[in-house]
Amino acid sequence: MTGSTWQIGKTHRRVGAYDRMRGVSRYTADLKLPGMLHAKIVRSPHAHARIVDVDLEGALALPGVVAAISGRDLPTPYGIIPWTHDENALAVDKALHVGDGVACVAAEDEATAIEAAAAVRVQYDPLPALFDPEEALASDVRINPYAKKGNLTKEVELAFGDVDAALAGADLVIEGEYRFAGTTHAALEPHCALADVDGDGVLTVWSTTQVPHYLHRELARVLELPARRIRVVQPPLGGGFGGKSEPFDLEFCVSKLALVTGRPVRLLYTREEVFYAHRGRHPMTMLHRAGFRRDGTILGVDARSTLDGGAYSSFGLVTTYYSGQLLSAPYALGAYRFASRRAYTNKPACGPKRGHGSVQPRFAMEVQLDKAAVALDLDPIELRRRNALEADSRTINELRIGSSGFLDCLAAVERASGWKERRGRLPFGRGLGVAGSTYISGTNYPIYPNEMPQSAVQVTLDRSGRARIFSGASEIGQGSDTMVAAIVSEELGLALEDIRVLSADTDLCPVDLGAYSSRITLMVGNACLSAARALRRVVTEAVARAWEVPARRIALVDRVALDLEEPGRVMPIDEAFQRAEAEHGLLTAVGDYRSPTDRHGDYRGGAIGASPAYSFTAHVAEVEVDVETGEVHVERVWCAHDCGRALSRRLVEGQIEGSTYMGVAEAVFEHHELDVAHGGLHAGPSLLDYRLPTFLDTPAIDALIVEAPDPRGPYGAKEAGEGPLHSSIPAVANAIYDAVGVRLDALPFDPPRVLAALRERGVRREGAR
Amino acid sequence: MRLAPFELLVPASLDEAFEALARGGVPIAGGTDLLPTLKQRRWRPERLVSLHRLAVLQAEHVEGEGLVLGALRSLAEVASSPLVAEHAPMVAQAAAAGASPQLREMGTLGGNLNLDPRCRYVNQSQFWRGALGGCLKSEGDVCHVVPSGKRCVAAMSSDLAPALIALDASVTLASMRGARTLRLDDYYRADGTANTTRAPDELLIAVRVPFATGPRRTTYVKWRPRKSIDFPLVALAIRVDLAEAGVSRVCVVANVLGAKPKVVGRLDRFAGRALDAALAAEVAEVVFEQCKPLPNVPWDPAHRRELHRVLTRRALEELARR
Repeated sequence: MTGSTWQIGKTHRRVGAYDRMRGVSRYTADLKLPGMLHAKIVRSPHAHARIVDVDLEGALALPGVVAAISGRDLPTPYGIIPWTHDENALAVDKALHVGDGVACVAAEDEATAIEAAAAVRVQYDPLPALFDPEEALASDVRINPYAKKGNLTKEVELAFGDVDAALAGADLVIEGEYRFAGTTHAALEPHCALADVDGDGVLTVWSTTQVPHYLHRELARVLELPARRIRVVQPPLGGGFGGKSEPFDLEFCVSKLALVTGRPVRLLYTREEVFYAHRGRHPMTMLHRAGFRRDGTILGVDARSTLDGGAYSSFGLVTTYYSGQLLSAPYALGAYRFASRRAYTNKPACGPKRGHGSVQPRFAMEVQLDKAAVALDLDPIELRRRNALEADSRTINELRIGSSGFLDCLAAVERASGWKERRGRLPFGRGLGVAGSTYISGTNYPIYPNEMPQSAVQVTLDRSGRARIFSGASEIGQGSDTMVAAIVSEELGLALEDIRVLSADTDLCPVDLGAYSSRITLMVGNACLSAARALRRVVTEAVARAWEVPARRIALVDRVALDLEEPGRVMPIDEAFQRAEAEHGLLTAVGDYRSPTDRHGDYRGGAIGASPAYSFTAHVAEVEVDVETGEVHVERVWCAHDCGRALSRRLVEGQIEGSTYMGVAEAVFEHHELDVAHGGLHAGPSLLDYRLPTFLDTPAIDALIVEAPDPRGPYGAKEAGEGPLHSSIPAVANAIYDAVGVRLDALPFDPPRVLAALRERGVRREGAR
Repeated sequence: MRLAPFELLVPASLDEAFEALARGGVPIAGGTDLLPTLKQRRWRPERLVSLHRLAVLQAEHVEGEGLVLGALRSLAEVASSPLVAEHAPMVAQAAAAGASPQLREMGTLGGNLNLDPRCRYVNQSQFWRGALGGCLKSEGDVCHVVPSGKRCVAAMSSDLAPALIALDASVTLASMRGARTLRLDDYYRADGTANTTRAPDELLIAVRVPFATGPRRTTYVKWRPRKSIDFPLVALAIRVDLAEAGVSRVCVVANVLGAKPKVVGRLDRFAGRALDAALAAEVAEVVFEQCKPLPNVPWDPAHRRELHRVLTRRALEELARR
């Protein structure tokens, strides 16, 4: 660890901020190439139907229509997880949900493409559709044609210790059934892709993806092209949140159509299509039992979950594991068992959304703890404190925890919210609730098994006193470009604006696996740090030789090299770089990151959930409940998050605020709902009907940074992008209980549901409990 | 989503506008309601008639014992007008509650009064409606809200209509055939496929709000899940006229029930009563009794109905405290 704070821990203007603020950043949808065609996908109006015939002739006959394809043109199945290739770019034999892609047309302009899509004649033979996971698991109707076990996409059962004995011997057993309604990401930017084939036959695909490398691999598979003939570029992205972390139909379609026509082809989803692409948070039903000793010690937890997966696997194999594996911290559990099942249904596929797989069970777990605190007459913060895992310990499922600032997080929200002074003294209808959580900083194992580094960065210094960073990382708004720039500027004494970051281009940049699992700060950060330090050595040694002093006396800060023992002696940084280049040759270095393989248990599935380092979070929410209308107003939320070390302060605060906002939105507003009575149509695939909170509906959020540096992170840094979401939802639930004495075990806490719960408990006008 | 091509006419005078409408043109003012329906391919007019050059529709003045507002006044202008604040504060309140700041800059008084009634089965894309099989108001012949229903029950969702009806406002329409003035309440029909009596060649010119003849307290209550953007899910315009003996008249107009704003009946009996909490509770029961929301907009109808009771009572309690 460096003691310097020249850049690390400061507040930075993010890389590219001016262009974004002025509206001149060129997103994928802004790219235009000469001769570009516009494509449109024909989508199934049926939730489940056999495709009898796709007649493209009517579309092709229209003036301005250049090409059309159907599922049979792209028959190779794919999927983000190598063991579950259960999707086709366009449906081949069956459409599996309303909005499933069936054919695609390319035309001279978008209006013609829209007309052409309407002119494609698809003959369907409707099949029985299944919308409920339990019904799907019990049914003989098989939804996904590639499924290996009927409608069961994945099942995991793991036990650690004797849970039955622990529960039998407990002073208190809390049992509850919890339901999480599905939610979606709703990134501002809809998915878009543009493909072009150059004279040498190289296909370039610009796409709104969070995972250029995985997209690169899947394009090669489905298009049956060697990967060396494909280039994937990710332009600036307008938000991802997990909704762009696997390949989608449009990327295959524009590629195929570009190959067929020899012209650039572009496809931009409508907002409605974004809802059909989905991959949002799984609806989950969770049966939790937890046993406690009188002093609050958690003796055992038994968790059984059913995941409603939608029509495809997506990341579902991992989601199913995460729904149990990531529940084993931040508390020491005496014994633990979980059983999770994921079912196919005729709905848009679920996948990873910020806090993948563990946000739903975290809700259940933290409400269970709150119920126990009430039953045991313990302060809920104190109950959590008593059970907190220590730093450098192992969870019951054998994940190795490094640094932990969890207790500091609890203390921070306790202090900031005035918990001790205010809780229990608020008027009826107003309440405070607490919850805690943990999350991974990347996964130790990549999605496809390989021995190569997970991340790599190349840094080059030039004679004008600048640095170029070639980073595989996907900047999706989280600030990864700024993060690597801060590291290079720290190590080489440059100002942030002296650094050019080129990222997420498979031709120019080394491979990084993508922006998911909160992996980039730790993994790409470490790779970048190792490259930057190699260059720093070369530069300081060159300066040291010029001054005939030992290299350890040389510091690089504020665009100069200086002698720490003779502060008057300075050399401009460009001159230092020139001397180093003269001695050493081109100043370039690579760094990569390999994840540890010794931080998990030796059992099947034990590696899933294993991370180099874990972040910790605590939330306190303050709510006002209107007992006559059922409205829950989340007034203020305090979130303390242990990110190891904040490399760039405002970015961490932004992630805490954004995560908390998203969690509160899921708690009170959002529901990705299908109208089952009308054939499984989406209930309202628009941003008018899918209600995200506006600024006026957003609580005041206090972002409290806690730093427990982890030796495995760059400068001690861990993740901050997803962890600060988890406990926001149960904190709101627990605050509602504190306000009105009513438990809400099903999400979202919308006014009709809240009012019904209040009525059921006989709570009416103010004060009448 | 993309707009289908159309011809845009920009008349410089009312006569030119009337002629364009008579030839089948469709009027467009701010476009905030019309353009989304065109993008959804709900219909495909060949010719739109922009009203933005018709300065006469921008009127705002006192005329006799009333306030005249041109149909082209933006919601933002209505919301911030000193004249409206003085003579019809509930109208300013309703205008300020509409949509979001950007949409209020574009949306107009006339557009809001002519808002196309909304329904969860109608305000959707062409693809979505096709998958549904259409309905009375779109490409089909069934109603998904009232399955046996023969008349469309799409919900009139204008914020201004209930406020203006509660103030006994009238509207003036004109065409090449002449002009006519009628009570705003009579302007609307209980049919979601065509909920006004406006003929296709007619233009809404202005609204006239008569001044109060005595002490009056009013409020417009809009309930929606979010504090901005959303259309109302409950809309209640409440007017209480006062005399020395107490209340002389209570008027409640509820919107977002069916295609026509509902003037709540049987409120005469409250004349002579004091404006107090007891009155508030009793009026709230009458409103609850008469206002029966349907699942036409995406929200639980039972919850909406309960809100009618709670919000009416609270609004009247607040008026009593003023």
